[in-house]
Amino acid sequence: MKICFFHLMPYRFLPDDFENRYRSVWVDVPHSLYDPEKTSRLYHEFLDELEFAEQAGFDGLCVNEHHNNAYGLMPSPNLMAATLTRRTSRAAIIVLGNSLAAYNPPLRVAEEFAMLDVLSGGRLVAGFPVGTSMDTNFAYGINPATLRERYYEAHDLVMQAWTRPEVFPFNGKYTQVRYVNIWPQPLQKPHPPVWIPGGGSVETWEWTAKLDYVYCNLSYYGYKRGKATMDGFWNAIATAGADDNPYRAGFLQLVCVADSDAEAERLYFPHVHYFYQKCLNVWEGFAEAPGYRTLKTLQVGIQRQVGAQAKKIRQSLDWGKYLDSGYVIAGSPATVREQLVECIKSLRVGHLMVLLQIGSMPKDLTLHNTTLFTREVLPHLRDVWPGYEDRWWPSGCAS
Amino acid sequence: MTPDDRLVSVRAGAVTFRVLSAGRGTPLVYFHSIHERGGWSPFLDRLARRYTVYAPLHPGVGGSTGVEALEDVLDLTLAYDELLTALDVGRARLSGHFFGGMIAAELAAVFPARAAGLALVSPLGLWRDDAPSQDVLILPPDELGPVLFADMTSDAARAFMALPDDDDANVAAQTESIARRAAIAKFVWPIPDKGLRKRLHRVTAPTLILWGDADRANPVIYAEEWQRRIKGAAVKLLPGGHMLIHETPDAAARAVEEFLE
Repeated sequence: MKICFFHLMPYRFLPDDFENRYRSVWVDVPHSLYDPEKTSRLYHEFLDELEFAEQAGFDGLCVNEHHNNAYGLMPSPNLMAATLTRRTSRAAIIVLGNSLAAYNPPLRVAEEFAMLDVLSGGRLVAGFPVGTSMDTNFAYGINPATLRERYYEAHDLVMQAWTRPEVFPFNGKYTQVRYVNIWPQPLQKPHPPVWIPGGGSVETWEWTAKLDYVYCNLSYYGYKRGKATMDGFWNAIATAGADDNPYRAGFLQLVCVADSDAEAERLYFPHVHYFYQKCLNVWEGFAEAPGYRTLKTLQVGIQRQVGAQAKKIRQSLDWGKYLDSGYVIAGSPATVREQLVECIKSLRVGHLMVLLQIGSMPKDLTLHNTTLFTREVLPHLRDVWPGYEDRWWPSGCAS
Repeated sequence: MTPDDRLVSVRAGAVTFRVLSAGRGTPLVYFHSIHERGGWSPFLDRLARRYTVYAPLHPGVGGSTGVEALEDVLDLTLAYDELLTALDVGRARLSGHFFGGMIAAELAAVFPARAAGLALVSPLGLWRDDAPSQDVLILPPDELGPVLFADMTSDAARAFMALPDDDDANVAAQTESIARRAAIAKFVWPIPDKGLRKRLHRVTAPTLILWGDADRANPVIYAEEWQRRIKGAAVKLLPGGHMLIHETPDAAARAVEEFLE
């Protein structure tokens, strides 16, 4: 098993009545709610937590990209990854990722990822999400009708820029470049491992399977609801005739560890509740631009993570429901161990990502959660998948 | 009136229009707005008493296909020009509501000889930062209704807001709505200012700008913008909201007919 520490970098100081006064945490959340001085301290808190996670024993550190968003203060995950290259030495630096269609030209991604790979000594995982509708269609104004086509074209350009030995022209529909020739080139050969974060699009399952990349479901609703999405991916793998190596898959799970189950509720409930009630409060109109999901995917009927329906479900949540529905795995080390093994096996994931800083959780509690997780839980998960080779791990990381 | 209903392909089948038509007389081509599901309406019935009305559905909407083959609003305009040729319609009166008004205006600007007259109802296609049109492509149904309709108790509003009885029909209705809005979003996302303001000076046809005085989706202040950009255009305000042609079809059709005569 590879076990990775994921950070969203949420703004921790939204007002108590936020979800009643403001329609959305994303897209049009007023930036008058944001205090740059507090955020200056927050960034360093978050980076301390990521650096601590490496020392505590995590295999990888994950950062991601969001825009116009009060729960994700990382419009540029590459900047955060760059600081991590200097303060860490062992862990994989997993950028999940750069929404390819949002970069013009997308060669910017090829360049910055190559810089990160070289800076980190070959520890980069290159994540290429299509990006959420909020980030791409609303915050960046990208046309939903052509988002996926742009994404696929940008991917082809980036991969060619990394692997073709010659200077070449690229005559795309969305990007035309007469002289593609990026300096520097990545350190890992033929290129850094590619992970694709996905939310249940049929096309992404099939495409990821075909290209032999890792598929990651970055779910906020836990492993029970994530099963339909991961099963969809594994079906696509079977259809493609590929092997069922669990390292083809990654999954994000929210986790809270305490000395006892009761202590977990006392310590973590307010922060978990902050995350679900405030951080996921997205207005229905922004949940999905028309055309963001294809008709083929709509027909599969996988629920969206945000919007009116998700809000209705969230509003009724108490600690017991967060746990019963599997949104959060929380409790004593024994409780967490048992459920995480179930999560890993039922989804068949070789790359587990855990979110240990959740919502308004302050640094001391995050470090407490991290310490307990790495001391009491992580060692027991190591050997869930013996005999499989992880072909999607950066070559610059000590194995 | 039950309109004639047929499929007409252009571009070797890459784009196929479903074309509804009815009536007698000289041709009038009507282009639909974003929130017209059915294709035919009492407003068109009324116009069909005097004209041969053609109402093609936009590609990607209600049986017309090929939206993926069209790149932008100019490409769509060319496809409509090809459709009129295929229908053997040379010069016609052009009309449209909201997005349809934008397309009628594009046709009249790019192909001035095609337009014998132009009647635009609350057209989309211009932009003012101080008076943005509502983002009606994304409004949830409960917020959308009061933006579109002046009177939520009107027959047109009630029919629009009615939910199908069973789950399957409900899912089908939602899928239709998403597909329709997705197809039109392709041409106007994220702001419907796609170059028309640079082309409107080419319009030579007599032009009517018709607006509901209580339009909450597309502010009536745009009527002045249109009038300023199309030489000699007439503006007429009628009592009503954005869905004027559906809430008061007789009054709206009468205004269009009177002008186009």
